[in-house]
Parts: sequence; C-alpha cells; structure tokens
Amino acid sequence: MKRWIGMIILSIGLIVTAIWGYRQFTEKESLIVQTENNYQRAFHDLTYHVDLLYDKIGTTLALNTKDTLSPQMLEIWQLTSQAQSDVSQLPLGLLPFTKTESFLADIGEFTYHVAIRDLDDEPLSNDESERLSSLYESANEIRKELRTVQHKVFSDQLRWVDVELALANNDREQPNHIIDGFTAVEEYTSGFDESHFHNLSADFPSQQESFQSIDGESISEEKAGRLIREQFDLTDDLEIDLQKSGKGAQLPTYSGSFTHEDQQGYVEITEKGGHILSYMISRDLSEETISLNDAEKKADQLLKEQGFKDVKRLRSSQYDHTGLFQYAVSQDDVWIYPDQILIKVALDTGDVIGFSATDFYRNNRKREIEEPKLSLDEAKKNVSSSLNIEDQHLAIIEDQAGNEVLAYAFFGTLDQDTYRIFIDANTGSEVFVELMHDVENKWG
Amino acid sequence: MKGKIVKCLMTLMIISAMSHNHWHVSHAFSPQVIQHGATGEDVVELQARLQYLGFFNSQIDGVFGWGTYWALRNFQYEYGMKIDGLAGEQAKNKLVEVTKYHKEFVRQNIEAGRQFTHYGGMNLEDQVKYDSSKTKAKESQQKGTTEQKAPESQNQQTEKNRQESNQITQDGELSTEAPIEPTAVNIPNGFSQNDIQLMAQTVYGEARGEPYEGQVAIASVILNRIQSPIFPDTVSGVIYEPLAFTAVADGQIYLTPDETAKRAVLDAINGWDPTGEAIYYFNPDTATSSWIWSRPQIKRIGKHIFCN
Repeated sequence: MKRWIGMIILSIGLIVTAIWGYRQFTEKESLIVQTENNYQRAFHDLTYHVDLLYDKIGTTLALNTKDTLSPQMLEIWQLTSQAQSDVSQLPLGLLPFTKTESFLADIGEFTYHVAIRDLDDEPLSNDESERLSSLYESANEIRKELRTVQHKVFSDQLRWVDVELALANNDREQPNHIIDGFTAVEEYTSGFDESHFHNLSADFPSQQESFQSIDGESISEEKAGRLIREQFDLTDDLEIDLQKSGKGAQLPTYSGSFTHEDQQGYVEITEKGGHILSYMISRDLSEETISLNDAEKKADQLLKEQGFKDVKRLRSSQYDHTGLFQYAVSQDDVWIYPDQILIKVALDTGDVIGFSATDFYRNNRKREIEEPKLSLDEAKKNVSSSLNIEDQHLAIIEDQAGNEVLAYAFFGTLDQDTYRIFIDANTGSEVFVELMHDVENKWG
Repeated sequence: MKGKIVKCLMTLMIISAMSHNHWHVSHAFSPQVIQHGATGEDVVELQARLQYLGFFNSQIDGVFGWGTYWALRNFQYEYGMKIDGLAGEQAKNKLVEVTKYHKEFVRQNIEAGRQFTHYGGMNLEDQVKYDSSKTKAKESQQKGTTEQKAPESQNQQTEKNRQESNQITQDGELSTEAPIEPTAVNIPNGFSQNDIQLMAQTVYGEARGEPYEGQVAIASVILNRIQSPIFPDTVSGVIYEPLAFTAVADGQIYLTPDETAKRAVLDAINGWDPTGEAIYYFNPDTATSSWIWSRPQIKRIGKHIFCN
C-alpha cells in the first residue's frame, strides 16, 4: 500500500515537473524571440538610417539655395542621432564600434553647426563642401558594408542572440558574419552615409479633394460583374467573388477576384461610373521572350484602349520576368506628376498583368495651367552650378504641404549620380531635389 | 571519360594556336531596342561600348539606369542622331562601327566581381582593380558555374589561358555559353533589396496561403503605416513595432519567403494598393480585441478585414 502511495506521489511530481519544465521552455523561447526582434529592428533601422543619411548628403551636394540647405542639414543631424540610437541598442557591447560612433558624432556636429549658422553671412566654404563630398563617399562605403551584412543576415538566417552568445563565450572559432561584417564596417574610419525616399505621389498628403473627377451613374453589383467579364474575356459560368467596399472606404468600389486557368485575378471598379481603378493578375512566369521595348508597346496599346491619350513615361524597369511602366498624364506638354498610371507587362507572353489608375483618379481634375512667370533660362539659374543639366520639362507637382505647384523639372548629373530638381516656375525657389536611385548592386 | 579527353585536347590545341596575348573583339547585340530600365547582356555590351568612347563612366553592371541613359543620349547627340535615349538599330550599328567590345574581358571581370573599366585607347589590363580578398571569395563561389567551361585537367593553367579558351568557344565552336549576368538590379526609388526581403518575410509569415491580392494587401498596410504620422517611418520600425504583427511576435517572420511573397511586396511598393489605404487589418475568426471591430472597415480580402 505504502509503495502504491509512493508511486502515485512520485508520478504526480513527475508530471508537475514536466508541465513546469515545458512552460519554462516556451516562456524562454518567447522571450528569446522578443529579444531577437528588438535587435533585428535596431539593426535594420540602422542600415536604413545610414542609407537615408547617404542620400540626404548626396542631395545636399546638389542643393543651391540656403533656404533648403539649412533644413537639409538639420535633417541629416536628426538622422545621425537616430542612427546613434540604433547603434546603442545593438548587442555590441563587447565589440569595438567606436569609430563608427565617432563618425556619426562628427557628421552630427558638422551639420548642426552649418544648420544653425546664418548662411547669408557665412555661406558654405569650399573646404566644407569638400568635406561634405568626402563624407558622402565614405558614407557610401559604410552603407554598402552594412547592406552586405544585412543581406547575409537574411540569406543565412543569422540571429543576433547567437552573436551575443558568441561574444559572451568569446567564441570566434565559427565564422560569424555579423561580427565579421561589423569589423569590416569599422575599417572605414571616415564616413557613414545617407540616402533616399521620395515617392512623389505617395509622400505628401494631398490638399485637393480626392477622386473628384470620377463621373457617371452608380452601377449595380451585377453590372460590375459584367464589366469584369468583358475586360478579361470570362465566360458567364466562371465564378467571380464580388464584394462591395465598406463604410471606411474613401471611394466606394466593387472588388472582384477570380481564378481562370492558371491565373488568379483581382479587379477594383468604382461604383460610380464603373471605371476600372486597378487590376492584378498573378500566375507563374516563364523566361522572357519579348524585350522591355516591345512590352512598352503593349502598355501603350492598353493606355489607348482605356482612353488615356496624352501621357509621358516617368519610368520603365525590368524586374525578373516583368516590365513595369509608370506614366504621368500631360496637358499642353506640362507633365502632371500626381496623375499617375502604372502598367505591368509579363515578358514571357506580352500580356498586361497589372494596371493601376488609382493615383490618376484620385488626383485628376480640370486644371487651368497658367504661363510660368519665369523663363526656362531664368529658372535654370536657380539650379546649383555644380550640376550638369541633361534634360528639363515643365511639370505640375505637389509640394511638401500638398499644394499643386507649377515647376520646371531639371535632370542634372553630378559625378555618377542623377538628380531631379524642381524649381518653382513662378518664384524660382527650389521645391525639392531628388536623388534618382533606382539601380542597386546585388549584395553578397 | 573519352569525351572529356577529346574536349581537353581540343581546348589545348586551341590554346596553343592562340599564343598571342590579346583580348578578342566581338560584336553581338540582339535585335531588341534597348531602353531605360532594361537588364541583361545587351545592356552590358551597350555600357561597355559607350564607355569605350568615354560617354559612360560608371561601373558596367548590366542595368540600364540613368547613367547609361544620359551616356546614350550624349552619344546620339555627338553622332548627329535623333536624341531619344533608345538603343535601336541606328545607334547600335553606329556603336559597333566606332567601338570595340572585349566581351571576354568584361565577362571575366564581372564574374569575378572586380571593379574595372573598358575605355578605348588604354591597355585593358591596366583598367582592372584587383582586390585579393574579394576576388577569392567570388571565385570560389563561381567554381560551380565555370567548371563546365574549363575541364578539370586545366585547373592548373593560368587564368589567362582559361580566358582564351572561353573566348574561342565564344566564336561559335560551343555556342551554349551562359549569358553574362548583370551585377545589379532595378529597385523602386528609395528601397533596398533588403527592405524588400524584410517585407517579404513579414508578408509570408502573416499571409502565406492567402490569395495574391491578400499578400499585396499586407505589404500595402506596412507601406501605408510608414506614410502615416502615427506609426514609425521605416520598414523595420513598422514591422518590429511590438505586437504590431503576430508573425513577428511568434517568430514566423524568420521563415524563408517564397517568390509570390516577394512579387507581392514589389507590386505594393510600385504602387498597387488593394486595401484602399488601410492601416489596420485583422482576422475576424481570431481577433479578440473589441477595439479593432470598432474601426471603420474598408473591405475584406481573403480571410482578413482591412480598416482605417
């Protein structure tokens, strides 16, 4: 009897221990994931901020007017402190990271002093400009190194908690890309870097009423279904999952999704007038058989079918097996940047597999474009003399506050970089400068 | 084995025939009109030829970016052609006429990951920057791909000989050579491949198994949050915000994403937003917070409801 009781007590004890142990284990696992997430965020933020820092310094090189230079310097200064804070959150306590930190401190100090001084009395000296370009260059080196480490983190699925353990155990036997990568970063003493982020239509809140040009009668769900069938040549028996948007939507729409052979489609149609806002076709793509140039002809054809007559191409890019084309509508040869249309063409068959006129419908309206007060040559004088101007056109853009402005767009080059500079066509002030970064080296 | 010996002998014969040391000149260009944004071997050749004349001064990378565009336009201007930035028949013929293209030299250096230039009137070998550590790493990676071209017995040969043998095959004896791979890619302005990767991991962790538009929608929400003043303004800031995404909290973000997730992210960055500018979404079957139900709903895609 005693033996039985003993056994029962023992087994209960065992089960309790097992449950307790398992809970300890899952709690520990979840804590490790949370810690890892914090490290990952700090690191990815760091690479991003350094990238942005690089672009901002680059943009600064192309700036001309003091009005834009001071805020730009302040922005770099702010980015620097963000990057410093990112570094401080990484588990690098045991790894020497002093050079990078002192570089960040240097550039922070430099930009802060330029930002707060009166540039009318004391403009940027030649020495300072040179210092800025050398910072730009070394910043690029560090940016590249960080991006390469980041690539390795992704491709080898490295975890920072493991780095921490390796550092704690002083275990340098195994190759550790994160530690090696940071050691490499340390070798570039002089610079960190800055980067980009300027998506014209997306960045600024528009001050104008959205979707005001959409006209027509409200259509029924059944009519929406019919329009989709017509557009994609679908038979009546093919099922379309059609949904009406809820009350949170800015613009009432119908969205339909369907599966046809190997294709999966998704279409958005406005309730008012039944205009096609956008669609996406997803399928497996094979090797390309047509060139990007031929693909653009297909895109042009679709634009015609959809009734877009005067358009200018803003961008064409080949991604894997697709060609992407971005257009802006033009009016009297003025490029209307907010009214954008996107088209994606599959390079294996030449079919259009993506279309979006959402930006066009959101921003389009009747515009009275007045004659610019400044001539092209007068505006050109406001572009930094260090730039070599390659091309220009008149444009309607949205400024930082979201108001539409008539501006001259200048494309200029400085060394290997291309910039797009918008000069207000009436006041001559620099609206903004963009560094055109749309090609990136493969990392690793 | 027999085939290997024959191949080996042939290669050796060819090498001995080619005893003089100079880079072979080739002319290819496929019939396509090459335009801004194109990638591939034709772009490598275009950049090399434009560099030969001094119009193009950046790294030859096989991606037709802004630098290539201005170089081509300046070339067209100098040679009295229509300035359209398109490499069509006229521009290509003129380029072939007035420049040389040392294809194997370019291939070798691109594959070894070296920095190099291809200016005319200068010794080619002087235009290569040899970086010992990097080159080694790249070459060991490349072994797999070059083995087919260079038989094993040749491993002892100097690199130069191997180059010569390659360039012979270029002339048509063995026409199965792989095209020159670009060393760069197009990216949407302001995004790095790594940002795209991080977003793809999140999309995959959150919405694998969802329809394609459902995956684009998750990526759109991340982007809409970056634009929104109440959320962090970086990709990683938004994604790693504590408890913002369940896939981050439970570690599913560290799974390897598939191609669909990557394509979905690219579409979202390029401007497709099926959500109607949503900044929140939830799964109605599992959502426990009553707050999320109070948000104005925009639409349902797959198993998620998107709201403001």
